[in-house]
Amino acid sequence: MTQAAPPAAATPPASPAAAPKSRTAERSLARRALARPEIGALVAAVGVYIFFFAVAPTFRQADSFATVLYQGSTLGIMALAVSLLMIGGEFDLSAGVAVTSSALAASMLSFQLTANVWVGVGVALVISLSVGLINGLLLIKTGLPSFLVSLASFLMLQGLNLAITKLLTDNVATNAINDMDGFESAKAVFASEVTVFGVDVNITVFYWLAFAGLATWVLLRTKFGNWIFAAGGSKESARAVGVPVNLTKIALFMTVGFAAWFVGMHLLFEYNTVQAGEGVGNEFYYIIAAVIGGCLLTGGYGSAIGALLGAFIFGMVNQGIVYANWNPDWFKFFVGVMLLLATLVNLWVRRQAARR
Amino acid sequence: MTTNDLTKPTPAAEGTTEPVVQLKGVGKLYGNVRALEGIDLDVRPGQVTCVLGDNGAGKSTLIKIISGLHQHDEGEYVVDGKPVRLHNPREALNLGIATVYQDLATVPLMPVWRNFFLGSELTRGPWPIRRLDIERMKETTQTELSAMGIHLDNLEQPIGTLSGGQRQSVAIARAVYFGARVLILDEPTAALGVKQSGVVLKYIAAARERGLGVIFITHNPHHAYMVGDHFSVLRLGALELNAARDDVSLEELTNHMAGGTELAALKHELAQVRGVDVEELPEVVNSPST
Ligand SMILES: Nc1ncnc2c1ncn2[C@@H]1O[C@H](COP(=O)(O)OP(=O)(O)OP(=O)(O)O)[C@@H](O)[C@H]1O
Ligand SMILES: [Mg+2]
Repeated sequence: MTQAAPPAAATPPASPAAAPKSRTAERSLARRALARPEIGALVAAVGVYIFFFAVAPTFRQADSFATVLYQGSTLGIMALAVSLLMIGGEFDLSAGVAVTSSALAASMLSFQLTANVWVGVGVALVISLSVGLINGLLLIKTGLPSFLVSLASFLMLQGLNLAITKLLTDNVATNAINDMDGFESAKAVFASEVTVFGVDVNITVFYWLAFAGLATWVLLRTKFGNWIFAAGGSKESARAVGVPVNLTKIALFMTVGFAAWFVGMHLLFEYNTVQAGEGVGNEFYYIIAAVIGGCLLTGGYGSAIGALLGAFIFGMVNQGIVYANWNPDWFKFFVGVMLLLATLVNLWVRRQAARR
Repeated sequence: MTTNDLTKPTPAAEGTTEPVVQLKGVGKLYGNVRALEGIDLDVRPGQVTCVLGDNGAGKSTLIKIISGLHQHDEGEYVVDGKPVRLHNPREALNLGIATVYQDLATVPLMPVWRNFFLGSELTRGPWPIRRLDIERMKETTQTELSAMGIHLDNLEQPIGTLSGGQRQSVAIARAVYFGARVLILDEPTAALGVKQSGVVLKYIAAARERGLGVIFITHNPHHAYMVGDHFSVLRLGALELNAARDDVSLEELTNHMAGGTELAALKHELAQVRGVDVEELPEVVNSPST
């Protein structure tokens, strides 16, 4: 802060106004709850839970719930980063393949160099952050919409994933790395199971919850969070009052890069090998989870808790269909319905909240 | 009438203090469009400089240069005697120059108090857990807004749900609070009612009393004349009038604003339209002597 003393407070011009008179009654708790972006997703999550609880007996078991949470977490860690980016007013269509790129990089680097896998993990982190940085710089330098810029990087990454993997392995999948140095410790960090009340829960679930807490804190309680909302809500106004908009956007793209690395490492150490063609299409699921969670496509509005709920709904629908013994082909249909309903609910909720 | 007669500076009023902000022959091009040319402007502590002019005259462009949103292409921009080139509004704020923009005031979806402190947030705590000092920001916002005669029940409400005038008042209160040395207001009274306009004018006067340099942009010569110490009228990107208060009357100012001869022509045209009573229209003053 450059100016410490509040100058205006010293000599306020005589205020002609009478004593402050409240025109609206204390806003009710319900009204305040309705003003939260994630309320629609909460209602939807409860609804979906009750639905599958009723139709699929297996869904009621504790270990099924752990599987649902696991499904939610691998999607949800990415959805968190993507929701922050969307609140900041941008898209990243390369987010889906970026996960695969990171896993491929770590795997092939360690394998080719017969190095400790942690070397690969470290280099993959640098690569993932660089991809985010490049996306951000491209956006700012070209002034093109992020939809286009990240579509281009999506295609480029997808091409690189396949081409380099085939070049190095003569195959579309990487060699297994489970007998290499450091594998066990890396697996413990990224892909172990934790037993809670006799139920095995994947460690990603805990990361997911922790990241959601961190993201919420950053969004609502820090300077940077304020800048994210402002950069997405009105870029020019934000810049005019001194917000470093470009820096904020680059940091958000790099956050997506970090999340892609994290999920990529999980997939690598969970399955030992990576399919080069994976990840395509997931970018839309991340965006959908964020939108179900209350993020506006136009930016400037949304929440991390909403994205958490959005991904949780995905997990429930994904597994619920299996537990209900339905054809998994129904999954996409369900997602479509959910997206439509959630967007309508969010729209309605916002209208209610805006009404004074 | 010659402009030269009017631009004589009154040494008593203008020579005493050094200007904080000074423009010397500043020009600005938007591609091929020449938005500004040869602008001289002095902003002195404890003085209100009014900038008047028609729509598209270049008023907003002028203040965007001073506030660091755009860069000038010609001439010199001098702060405290040193030529500067501001690359972003942050640099201007750090020099103590705060602005209320005509079109870029607030972020609609963000709460009132977050808008008030946007870009200059108060924080507490050591680094990894440095967080917003929400209590203090809300308190300050409430105090500053009531001093301005605005009473909001809920500072959490998105600023987009306020009326245009209320929004503008928040933006002004913010600039007054953060403008340590120079306060720039781009048509602050345009969206306001009579009472709120009065409050803004009082604020401008109070800022002058405290020794701030104020640039007040307006379409309204009456408002300008109430608080102004110096008047600059822009026409098509060039200075048409640059005069101290002692050298210009309200009539002359109004006349310059409207473009004296054009107004006379308009009156003549209107006289030929049935139903317009020309006698009711204000007198056109063509020169100081009439
Ligand atoms: N970003 C821009 N790009 C190109 N031309 C611009 C831009 N901004 C302003 N102009 C042009 O520069 C000229 C001056 O505009 P400016 O906004 O400074 O006028 P103004 O005096 O503030 O008008 P008003 O009273 O309507 O606010 C106009 O002709 C306008 O079309
Ligand atoms: Mg303007």
